[in-house]
Amino acid sequence: MVALAAWVIAFAVGSVVGVARTVPNRLVRTLATTYVELFRNIPLLVQMFLWYFVLPELMPVEVGRWMKRDMPNPEFSSAVLCLGFYTASRVAEQVRAGIESLSIGLSHAGYASGLTTSQVYRYVLLPISYRLIVPPMTSEFLTIFKNSSLALTIGLLELTAQSQQISEYTFNSFEAYTAATVIYVVIALSTTVLMHLLESRLRIPGFISKDER
Amino acid sequence: MFGEFDTQIVVKSLPFLWQGLQLSLLLTGLGILGGVAAGTLLALMRLSSFKVFSLFSATYVNLIRSVPLILVIFWFYFLVPLAIGRPVGSFYSALIAFIIFEAAYYSEIIRAGIQSVARGQVWAGQATGLGYWQIQRYIVLPQAFRNMVPILLTQAIILFQDTSLVFVVSLRDFMTASAIVAQKEGRLVEMYTFAAAVYFVICFAGSMLVKRLSKEIAR
Amino acid sequence: MSYVKTLAVMAVSGVALLATGQAAAAEFYGTLKKIRDAGVINVGHRESSVPFSYLNDQQQPEGYSIDLCMRIVDKASEVVGKKLEVKFVPVNPKTRIPLLANGTIDIECGSTTNNLTRQQQIDYAHVTFITGTKLLVKKSSNIKEVEDLNGKAVALAQGTTNERAVKAIAEKQGLDIKMLPVKDHAEGFLALETDRVDAYSTDHILLHGLVSKAKSPDEYDVVGRFLSYDPYAIMVPRDDSAFRLVANTTLSDLFRSGEINDIYAKWFDPLGVPQTDLLKATFEMQALPY
Repeated sequence: MVALAAWVIAFAVGSVVGVARTVPNRLVRTLATTYVELFRNIPLLVQMFLWYFVLPELMPVEVGRWMKRDMPNPEFSSAVLCLGFYTASRVAEQVRAGIESLSIGLSHAGYASGLTTSQVYRYVLLPISYRLIVPPMTSEFLTIFKNSSLALTIGLLELTAQSQQISEYTFNSFEAYTAATVIYVVIALSTTVLMHLLESRLRIPGFISKDER
Repeated sequence: MFGEFDTQIVVKSLPFLWQGLQLSLLLTGLGILGGVAAGTLLALMRLSSFKVFSLFSATYVNLIRSVPLILVIFWFYFLVPLAIGRPVGSFYSALIAFIIFEAAYYSEIIRAGIQSVARGQVWAGQATGLGYWQIQRYIVLPQAFRNMVPILLTQAIILFQDTSLVFVVSLRDFMTASAIVAQKEGRLVEMYTFAAAVYFVICFAGSMLVKRLSKEIAR
Repeated sequence: MSYVKTLAVMAVSGVALLATGQAAAAEFYGTLKKIRDAGVINVGHRESSVPFSYLNDQQQPEGYSIDLCMRIVDKASEVVGKKLEVKFVPVNPKTRIPLLANGTIDIECGSTTNNLTRQQQIDYAHVTFITGTKLLVKKSSNIKEVEDLNGKAVALAQGTTNERAVKAIAEKQGLDIKMLPVKDHAEGFLALETDRVDAYSTDHILLHGLVSKAKSPDEYDVVGRFLSYDPYAIMVPRDDSAFRLVANTTLSDLFRSGEINDIYAKWFDPLGVPQTDLLKATFEMQALPY
């Protein structure tokens, strides 16, 4: 649940930031780079704490109170936001890599035929690069799914946390942890298989994806 | 109530936090050593011509990479002691978990590094009469590691960030130390912001170093 | 590092054991054998159970339960015939039972309720304190009883008896209470302090302890009737009556000699919590003769 919701944010924000890192405008590029460096260089756990404990205190009293109380599921929302924005920085790097891997001639051709910058991105660069970066995106999705286990530290019950809860009352830790492990493995494997199918459907003939030798 | 930012509390707790940071660095260092050693072995197994070895290595890597690190730490902290009948302790469970976990990631990096060494060099080695281990030791691995240094360092930075996870087994690393002070003094904003800043400075400096190194190597 | 030191101590004591012959070691089993062989006893402690077991300003554990445990460690040293080195291991309500059961800690000195469910996994020494679940609220909130929490939020430490007590009452009376799970008392108090919840619920004595360490104690109040009966005891491993006997002998000696009153006064007088008649009777009853 957390993983899916966070993935939506990560994909949206990550795409914008990733594109921003490649545009000609210098200011936009610097901003996007700062974002990526900032979110990549702080451990996720610390970021979770910042979102959950620190942010509401920095807000005006009213807003802070609303964030802590009335906001539906404060723990859930902070976990989703945190995971989303963190993963966005990683997605942004993939998007950038995807765009930069395209030959510069493509965008030149676009400009030459009278397209504006946004049109070049919209019709030429993005459609190709998104199909190229499907494989790295798969592993990013798996990462976000695994990282959602960290949400337990702020009181949110994820898969791992639920198994811990079971173990305190019944002490069948073996069963609980084994179950959690098996579920993670199964989901990871099925995602890999699914994405493999998607990959082969989206592959552009003539472009060799990086994984292949 | 958190009207003013109280830097005093950060200063006052610096010695305690420094101890935590030392533990974080120690864990990172040992984790890298163990991870690279085990990872090299796994990578060689993966590339070996014995089916059993490569199958084992592939299974191991895929299995470990699909579970969260936090779960691996829990195994060693709570379950393994029950299975082997003696306690592991928070430091060793964290360390072993890091090594097991990082080995999987390092082995993939190292495998790519080994494969980056031109095939002809191995043949050349065989032609001059070197054995398998001699070829690995004198020809393949030195070049492979040279190519891999930037990626290995990047992974080291990630590992350093991951050491903050030992928070869940109450081991007093930098993160746990910050959290203890934060909760005791009720100074969340200051302590967590400070922790974030410290991690950022260290990791950012690290990634700058990686960038410079990869330029040097590319030359 | 201290881990290296521990290793060294283990190695040295292992050699020493071989040198002195194994005749003496054969008499011991379970925890006593383990701590004798290692020369180290792993003591589980809490980080914010004031005044039982908490970190002081030097980040060292101290408190009523810690004092009692140190007496037990002294006794254990005497029994195994060598000075035991104490290694403190932090635990929280969620980890204390698994860690004792899997042998990471040899004894838990915190604020743990002795109940029959938990005795299926671990064992207890004598009861050392008696308390029960209450609520900590801000005075301005006008909450007096658990029923007043209807439609409000309460923080509960995961894995505590208090968590179960409040959940059971809420369910029975059909109260709509939002529950925020927290890891330990410090986090629960923080949730109340920062207005994340309207109340924090745990044993009343711990609530008094938390208030005593608060920045502005006057803002808070411990309210409500007792929602549960919680006799505290020091946890020891299960199926190990020899080790439990060492602990119980120590405690009975303290109860019989009246030394317990000094230790009690040291930690509870500052809080203004005198011994109840029930607790006095409990001490007296457990002052078993030789």
